[in-house]
Amino acid sequence: MHWLVEPGFWSNPVVGTALVLGAVVAVVSGAVGVVVVVRGQSFAGHALTDVAMAGGAGASLVGAAPLVGFLLAGVLGGGSMEAAGTERVRDRDVATGVVLGAAAGLTALLLYFVSSSSSATGSTQSVLFGSVFTVSPSVVPLGVAVAAGTLAALFVVRRPLLLSSLNPELAAARGVRPRAIGLAFVVVLAASVALSALVIGAILSTALLVGPASAALRVARGLGGATLGAIAAGVAAVELGILASYDSFYWSSAHRSVPVSACVVGVILVEVALSALWSRARARRG
Amino acid sequence: MVARASASGLAVFAPFMANAWLAGTLVAIVSGAVGLFVVVRQRAFAAHAIPNGAFAGAAGATLIGASPLLGLVVFAVASALGVAALGRRRDDVVTALALVTMLALGAALLAASGAYEPAIDALLFGELLGVSRAEVVALALLVVGTTVVLTVVFRPLLYSSLSEEIAAARGVAVRVLDATFLVLLAVSAALAVPVVGALLTFALTVGPPAAARMLVRRPGRALALAAVLSLACVWAGIASAYWSGWPIGFFVGVYAAVEYVAARAASSWRDTRARP
Repeated sequence: MHWLVEPGFWSNPVVGTALVLGAVVAVVSGAVGVVVVVRGQSFAGHALTDVAMAGGAGASLVGAAPLVGFLLAGVLGGGSMEAAGTERVRDRDVATGVVLGAAAGLTALLLYFVSSSSSATGSTQSVLFGSVFTVSPSVVPLGVAVAAGTLAALFVVRRPLLLSSLNPELAAARGVRPRAIGLAFVVVLAASVALSALVIGAILSTALLVGPASAALRVARGLGGATLGAIAAGVAAVELGILASYDSFYWSSAHRSVPVSACVVGVILVEVALSALWSRARARRG
Repeated sequence: MVARASASGLAVFAPFMANAWLAGTLVAIVSGAVGLFVVVRQRAFAAHAIPNGAFAGAAGATLIGASPLLGLVVFAVASALGVAALGRRRDDVVTALALVTMLALGAALLAASGAYEPAIDALLFGELLGVSRAEVVALALLVVGTTVVLTVVFRPLLYSSLSEEIAAARGVAVRVLDATFLVLLAVSAALAVPVVGALLTFALTVGPPAAARMLVRRPGRALALAAVLSLACVWAGIASAYWSGWPIGFFVGVYAAVEYVAARAASSWRDTRARP
């Protein structure tokens, strides 16, 4: 097995934390991601990572826990996107963009305060590229709790949510209120994105939200199957990516490891390409 | 940012600020004009993803010793063409995947080259006060080029934005036009981003044009109003940043959002008055 798993992989506590938290985030992102792709909300899903970043910068300014700042900013930003955008579906894109622009400006200001009040640098990079290898084990209990809450909330709203996404008229006839459902989902999305942006960084947050879900939706027939497929594909991508990143330190002659984010995104792109080939082959068979 | 409240408030027009005013003005005009089509064509996600993804090109160019600007342009155009080629039906998913691919590539290139990290902040947030005369000239050329391209494609682009089916039926090459628009977006982002930062460019591309579109109906007037609102954002932003000493990205982001919210309020007030 040594050619596949380099020495110290299983006994390394940093790797252990990364494997556990990465899997937790991948499960939540896969389940939420299927709904995101079906509803066409990838942009909001990505924008919320930047919005949550403003909360992270604010939290570090006042000395609060980063996860609290990420969650608060994500829920506030998601709520304002939804409030501004649902009157006409075609305005949603613009509303998301305006909230993103304002939040990014706020992040610039807060980071400026943080960097002028302390000598800490690199907070931008750590949020953008955040590495699972730098997460402290103390985040695990709170992270698992937020993940469980997000999944439970998604489970509760799943039926009216999917009905209003796929067939708004039928949903309205059954008494589903689309704005309330949209708001509930965006809060779930914000919590999921805030958690993953903090734990694994903005790149991986978007990649895990959209990639495995779009691959699973191509292959699976029902939405339940797609959700399970997205979770499996996401977890596989994170675990394989962490392994590849760890091993790459031993493979390269210069002993420089490839970043986890690049490895995980690589695995996800392979999954998406395979799913595209699969659906093309199935279409040809008829 | 250098700025500190000066004894005489008018020092904001001092000679060393000239390049900042010029660069800001040029970027505002381009962003406002290109942004109107971003809003009409609902391409805000691509407008955000392309400049953010393009920084991978800057990292890659530094690694092989080429000019970072060249890397930015090449990567921005490549991701624009990728989105145009693959993203016909589910374009938000394709845009998201293109964005994360570029960013992950950028992270890998950064790790391979090392010692480039401070430049990311400059790319994200911009350094308006550090703008050189050469960059102002490059931006002026960009304004001329964008104006020429937009004049040529203005009518067919608008037509295909409003109804793709009718435009296609009338013989407009819809896909070529879409790719042309995305490449225009990519080139203008790649040139504007190193000067004023990705955040500021993006905020100008969405907020003011969306406000303009809500206020006036005719395309030509909306284009002019978008450029004017975008200029107002940048000029007020430069002045506020100078007097407060805070980053300009904050002011431009907030002013763009305020313009959008005000335009929405004005247009819904007009609608309720029209139907008593």
